Amino acid sequence: MKHRAEYRDADRARRLAAEIARIVRRPWAIMEVCGGQTHALVRNGIDQMLPPEVEMIHGPGCPVCVTPVEVLDRAIAIARRPGVILCSFGDMLRVPGSRGDLFAAKGDGADVRVVYSPLDALAVAARHPDREVVFLAIGFETTAPASAMAAKLARDRGVGNFSLLVAHVLVPPAIEAIMRSPGNRVQAFLAAGHVCTVMGTGQYPPLAARHRVPIVVTGFEPLDLLDGILRTVVQLEAGRHEVENAYSRAVTDSGNETAQALLAEVFETVDRPWRGIGTIPASGWRLAAAYRDLDAELRFDVAGVTAAESPVCRSGDVLKGALKPDRCPAFGKECTPRTPLGATMVSGEGACAAYWYAGRRPRS
Amino acid sequence: MADAGGAIDVARLVCPTPVRERERVILGHGGGGTLSHELIEQVFLPAFANPVLDRLGDSCVLDAADLLAGGGRLAISTDSYVVRPLTFPGGTIGDLAVNGTVNDLAMSGARPLWLTAAFIIEEGLPIAELAEIAGCMARAARAAGVAIVTGDTKVVERGHGDGCYVNTAGIGIVPPGVALGPERVRPGDVVLVSGTLADHGMAVMSVRDGLEFDAPISSDTAPLHGLVAAMLSVCRDLKMLRDPTRGGVATSLAEIATLARVGIEIDEEAIPVASPVAAACELLGLDPLLVANEGKLLAVVPATHADPVLGAMRRHEHGRDAVRLGRVVAAHPGLVAMRTALGGTRIVPMPIGEQLPRMC
Amino acid sequence: MCLAVPGRVESIRVEAGVRMGRLNFGGVLKDVCLVSVPGIAVGDYAIVHVGFAIGRLDEAAARATLRTFAEIGRLEEELAELRATSDPDAASSSA
Repeated sequence: MKHRAEYRDADRARRLAAEIARIVRRPWAIMEVCGGQTHALVRNGIDQMLPPEVEMIHGPGCPVCVTPVEVLDRAIAIARRPGVILCSFGDMLRVPGSRGDLFAAKGDGADVRVVYSPLDALAVAARHPDREVVFLAIGFETTAPASAMAAKLARDRGVGNFSLLVAHVLVPPAIEAIMRSPGNRVQAFLAAGHVCTVMGTGQYPPLAARHRVPIVVTGFEPLDLLDGILRTVVQLEAGRHEVENAYSRAVTDSGNETAQALLAEVFETVDRPWRGIGTIPASGWRLAAAYRDLDAELRFDVAGVTAAESPVCRSGDVLKGALKPDRCPAFGKECTPRTPLGATMVSGEGACAAYWYAGRRPRS
Repeated sequence: MADAGGAIDVARLVCPTPVRERERVILGHGGGGTLSHELIEQVFLPAFANPVLDRLGDSCVLDAADLLAGGGRLAISTDSYVVRPLTFPGGTIGDLAVNGTVNDLAMSGARPLWLTAAFIIEEGLPIAELAEIAGCMARAARAAGVAIVTGDTKVVERGHGDGCYVNTAGIGIVPPGVALGPERVRPGDVVLVSGTLADHGMAVMSVRDGLEFDAPISSDTAPLHGLVAAMLSVCRDLKMLRDPTRGGVATSLAEIATLARVGIEIDEEAIPVASPVAAACELLGLDPLLVANEGKLLAVVPATHADPVLGAMRRHEHGRDAVRLGRVVAAHPGLVAMRTALGGTRIVPMPIGEQLPRMC
Repeated sequence: MCLAVPGRVESIRVEAGVRMGRLNFGGVLKDVCLVSVPGIAVGDYAIVHVGFAIGRLDEAAARATLRTFAEIGRLEEELAELRATSDPDAASSSA
């Protein structure tokens, strides 16, 4: 695929890794925020190419992982209502709620359908005017514009049987929360490239200045990642803490202003609980007042559904970078991708699953 | 029709008889009575015609004495076929039902000879569609050189099946001197794959509700016993064969590693994937190693025979794109490792369940 | 990651008031909503996530990045090669 294959060249990757090894002097802990980057690092074996001084900490940037249990429980409760079609991205179907997952609900007779796009969910609603169609709207700033578009079109076209269960989350407040958390070890961030495609880089300079951390906007291919890490190490060694864009083919300073306007029209910020981390102020989006009638939480009266997380699961520590997945007492024992305790083990993007699938086994 | 004058058309005063020419399958077609017979006579017999089947017994008697003479052994296999939609680019459930069982037999080194076919049909399936599936099965059987010798039809109520499920069982003969099995796999052996991966799974995905995309991708469904015979003709000492269907190559390799208690190492750069298939996988977030194939095989061969076997595969129509995928190693028994294109190593896990398109 | 991939715009149409495009992803054609990339034209690349174009791919920036990647480490390698050829003993001892 053009604009991807060029960024996978093994020779250039080796030279970038050698360059990192050449300039690094001291040990550094760098967090890649995005789960897709975690996946690419492990999948390509990039973490093994890095010098021992560079430690990559896998961040909370997997929207599947951080979606709270109660949102899943609400989705499952809605899916079980007669006449409902619940549409979801494939990633969410195996994520455990407090009692079972959406797959189990489907097995019990709920009509749960995998869609590629929120707009496909809207099309399902148009095809089934006699059913209530609910889209489980998860994801970061990258995904939210598509959800917003589905909401706007439902409004414009008068699709009355469509609603959204919204659990969108935002990256900058999570970075803020990580930097403020006690015992934080993160010294620099690779910011998630596609989030910045939408939002631009403007939200990051205050964070970089306040916490004195370099933030490098990074893409997802092997060379992009190595370039992002190289630029981060250069800054760290020089004692700089700037926002740098290593993904200029996809990210501009101002981002996608059309998409931002759409987001501002449809959503408003809200405090949001993150699975394993807790509530982070102003870290999520919900439907704005003008779109509240499309809110599945209200339409199906499930806001009262709350849930507790597994007491054994330490995904919160993993998400904050305080614990390596294979150091968790439950990793590979009670908790495997077949019997996940927390969402970091469920999603292929989750740090625990990424370790498991890369063949890492318990270290104790 | 009664006209305005009220006169009665005597010619129309007939006793109501069952409608014979139906367009769709109804429950009665599975009842064992006249309708069942009609379905068999109109749809299945014309498609599958052969002297054994034409006797329409509940079982068939096959003469295998000559075939087993000299140490030949019987191989038997059964598999059920479920696919949605029933027709997809490059094939139908009928092709899968024949080629799948033929391939299961072929993976034991057998020459497939006879198949049974059982249909579980959902009420309402257009008879024309059933006839097309039967036609595909018949063509696939002819192409594979097997006869469908007995069968069964049941009809279930609407809503209790995806149109049609097919089960086939097959019988084949393993020639004398051929003995494939995990116990023969040793470190140092070479792993070959007969062609590009993930074609079938992505062809089905391309027409699945809600995921549709246009791409020059067709199912690879094909019978592989001819290819196996070609491989055996240059190397009687093949160690093990697998057809990587559901769960893809990752699953089959993990099975080989587990059964043979060896490690397997594959090279990422060697993995053959056609470029539109690779692109479709990237678009939906799927790993081609985990996607189904219906006309490919994995072979474990002694290193000394790898080149001749590869040559024989590439000369066969179903092995033209065969490559060396990796090797058997003594390290990490039960696990499959991949050398990444960048020079790293990672474990290739067996997938847990069905692969679903990802957004992240 | 928010799996987003670059696709080339093959055609653009307006469907029920919404600007849609047929995009080519390495030989795979899929319909994509282009509402958020108003300036995009046939032949341009869009970055697409869940059926929605979230941005336009800047090809000049892509070329510049690739040029940089081509240069990184090359000087170091050339220097290493020079050292190796001018001092064969050092080369063999470090191998």
